[in-house]
Amino acid sequence: MRVVKEVRDDRTVLSVQEDRIDAHNSGDLKNVVLKTLEGGAQNVVIDLARVQFIDSSGLGALLSGYKNANLRSSGFALAGLQPRVKSMFELTRLHRVFDIYPSLQLALSA
Amino acid sequence: MIEMCETVVNLDIVVPNQTRYLRFVGAIAEQLAKELDVQEDKRDTLAYHLNLALTEAVANAIQYSSAVNAKDSVRICLSVEDAYLSVRVFDHGRGFDLAAVPTPDFDELRERGRGIFFIRSVMDSVQYRKTDSGNVLEMRKKIA
Repeated sequence: MRVVKEVRDDRTVLSVQEDRIDAHNSGDLKNVVLKTLEGGAQNVVIDLARVQFIDSSGLGALLSGYKNANLRSSGFALAGLQPRVKSMFELTRLHRVFDIYPSLQLALSA
Repeated sequence: MIEMCETVVNLDIVVPNQTRYLRFVGAIAEQLAKELDVQEDKRDTLAYHLNLALTEAVANAIQYSSAVNAKDSVRICLSVEDAYLSVRVFDHGRGFDLAAVPTPDFDELRERGRGIFFIRSVMDSVQYRKTDSGNVLEMRKKIA
């Protein structure tokens, strides 16, 4: 899984460079998020603008990050969800759990 | 006179037991949706739903089959007949009881357990049968 990590002010942005998150790469995403939190990141934003498809294992990886961030009292937000990806959060009611922003820019200015 | 053939699509695909092939399987599902005679405004949603259902089903089959034989393969049959799309995914694992898979508790933030829920959400019917030659997950969806 290709993920670009960038620190902007007090936020750590993880931009997923894949068009698909499924059982093949969701474990990698989970590990990248976990290592970022373990590295002391206080506010993590996952930029999903390039992702056109996410399955149940991808949602699981993001939930793992959310729970881990909560344990550490770190911020955890998602940005740039494509309509298909957003529909998966709505189907599982997870849009009520995550902090979701339409774009990375909006997430960074929040 | 040429006799009309009711079966418009009939695909039989075998993929190695590796998750790296999930994206190929998803792409086939999306391509199939483009070939079907459905309303234009419903095509994109159908494409995504088929991609999702097939990805979830094959990921499960890979997991079940790998537990028994890491070098196994997963067979997928896609057919369209009489306005119904039928997707069958075969595995050689120990099998599971589909009826016992619950709807996820949305307040419980578990990392697993949403795959079958997604399949049930986007397809019209789902069955899982154990046969002599392995197990088969059969999903059907009306497309017209």
